Amino acid sequence: MSQTIERNHLRELESEAIYVMREVASQFERPVILFSGGKDSIVLVHLAVKAFWPAKIPFRLLHIDTGHNFEETIQFRNDMVAKIGAELIVGSVQKSIDEGTAVEETGIGASRNKLQTVTLLESLEALKTDAAIGGGRRDEEKARAKERFFSHRDAFGQWDPKNQRPELWNLFNGMKNMGEHFRVFPISNWTEMDVWQYILMENIEMPSLYYTHKRKVFNRDGVWLAAESFMQLKDDEQIVEMDVRCRTIGDVSCTGLTLSKATTLEDIVQEVAAARETERGGRADDKRSEAAMEDRKKEGYF
Amino acid sequence: MDSKAYLDMSLLRFTTAGSVDDGKSTLIGRLLYDSKSIFEDQLDAIAETSKKKGDEEVDLALLTDGLRAEREQGITIDVAYRYFATPKRKFIIADTPGHIQYTRNMVTGASTANLAIILIDARNGVLEQTLRHTYIANLLCIPHVVFCINKMDLVNYSEESYNKIKNELQKLAEKLKLRDSHFIPISAKLGDNVVDASKNMSWYTGTTLLNLLETIKISDDRNTVDPRFPVQYVIRPQQDRYHDYRGFAGRVASGMFKPGDKIKALPTGNTSVIKAIDFHDKQIDEVLPAQSVTIRLADEIDISRGDMIVNEANVPTVGNAFDMDICWFSEQPLVSSKKYIIRHTTNDAKCMIKAINHKTNINTYEKDMDDKQVKMNDIANISVMTSKPLFFDPYKKNRITGSVILIEEGTNNTVAAGMIC
Repeated sequence: MSQTIERNHLRELESEAIYVMREVASQFERPVILFSGGKDSIVLVHLAVKAFWPAKIPFRLLHIDTGHNFEETIQFRNDMVAKIGAELIVGSVQKSIDEGTAVEETGIGASRNKLQTVTLLESLEALKTDAAIGGGRRDEEKARAKERFFSHRDAFGQWDPKNQRPELWNLFNGMKNMGEHFRVFPISNWTEMDVWQYILMENIEMPSLYYTHKRKVFNRDGVWLAAESFMQLKDDEQIVEMDVRCRTIGDVSCTGLTLSKATTLEDIVQEVAAARETERGGRADDKRSEAAMEDRKKEGYF
Repeated sequence: MDSKAYLDMSLLRFTTAGSVDDGKSTLIGRLLYDSKSIFEDQLDAIAETSKKKGDEEVDLALLTDGLRAEREQGITIDVAYRYFATPKRKFIIADTPGHIQYTRNMVTGASTANLAIILIDARNGVLEQTLRHTYIANLLCIPHVVFCINKMDLVNYSEESYNKIKNELQKLAEKLKLRDSHFIPISAKLGDNVVDASKNMSWYTGTTLLNLLETIKISDDRNTVDPRFPVQYVIRPQQDRYHDYRGFAGRVASGMFKPGDKIKALPTGNTSVIKAIDFHDKQIDEVLPAQSVTIRLADEIDISRGDMIVNEANVPTVGNAFDMDICWFSEQPLVSSKKYIIRHTTNDAKCMIKAINHKTNINTYEKDMDDKQVKMNDIANISVMTSKPLFFDPYKKNRITGSVILIEEGTNNTVAAGMIC
């Protein structure tokens, strides 16, 4: 039987992302993949492996560790890195706090999410990174809808959304001056649904957190959060055990969990199709203000 | 839904042109809303913002205006990308602002589109901006143009009003030689002929907008005749197991390639035969436009990034002097004596401007032979010379090997888009 590449929307998005990955490898000297342990960054690594096969991926992986990660995320990360033979670099938010470059938030609702920006920029500088590949998607959040594939950052890591380079056809301009860098988003055009359909089509291994499991949780303002030891509870908040899964995986303090019975990738795709809330609807970090994402992005957030 | 049905979906990229007053945001909001692509928390968020601003109705434009400055000023500054899907297709909308000063955004959005939706207010008919939007759709060779005559509810769903506008647009389409144009009377606000057929216009027997978007044939949009493979990256694993592996990674710009094809490498002119086409760990029998693969050749010939693999019997123009239409993006006007970097496929060269032949007024289509100042948002025809030969096809025949960008040294900004004549 003759072997061809299927023609569907997922293969087209995949081809575009692979093209972008190869442009990064060609246009930059010291690129990294920002690896969070979430589904989008797992898909990025999968695409990178496909783009450069049979050679190893020409990118290092950078994980910004808040110290408040799910245990499963770290285990999955270590296994994956060993499997593909990539080099992993961990930037520690705890270290930034200890060294005084980041100041921890206190009180109820405190999160290390915003502090990640400090550690991220410090790590990119220490590694002399000129391109950081991220799993950001334009459908995630309205400020991201205006993001380029190749997004220019000044010497302070800042984004100037009103003054972006036009991006035409498949001609990506990664030229820059000393000290500046780029953020690159190969899966810009993917939606949450595309990501899950692609994971299903490619049968990509995912962390167990994405499937239903029993977990000790508590409810805050309508959002289920994991009851890990460092989470501070209000007086009226009760810890209960529920069947939950993650729709996005971030730092424990701001990752809302979904009540779910999904045990397979097919179940997850069905669940995403029926969802009436965006995946970031459970993300406390986006709820701080209407332009919360734009503000963090300008400062250099993912 | 059948659990495997998603594997048969195709992808359509389209752009929408029209100003706020034409109901563009309302139309996009309607497509997203009626296809259930808006989530409850998104609706809640914009409902709250509308209330804060003192609006009585939910302002669907807030869905597309993502930046703080845009919401504050109530204008769209930049191209915004939106996504929705039906069981048949996934859609990518490049939503571009329609004001005259934003020609560059329209050009940007149009560069990757298969289809353009141009909105016309049924009360006003064909205006200067309609001419402008149609000109750009044509200049960028968007294969399909859909004229939506909107606000039919405000002209009592009059067939006569629609026909008058349609006739004018048909003349325009003939004048510009548009390849494929469609006309639909709609009311974006009330939903007539957007997703559901209108009950108010029984005289209209054509398709609804969404049905057209779902069924329009796009497989012929890409050039499948001229095999062109710009080399992006050379893969050499340097592992014992793949000691002799040398693969040329890239995305097919046009045409098809098969193992056994006789090829020529440009610029060297060396020839060889395709030994294998790899897609990850699978070997492929045939590769089509826009697919990213790795090509291996039977002979060890010198090929690196910026080179192009083509069919031995079908080669592009190889040259260092040509004419092109450009759209100027920078606030700094074009400086004829300056050398710009020209980026074409995966290749870079320096380029000199030899002549500014004419500028085109995109509102009247008049050519100006005397004005030699090319400023932001201008469309001009220029002659250039490059520091080394490029391998190109006319843009009208090939949107990938016929397109370039100009980059300014120093600022590194992308200052122009070019379409080779």
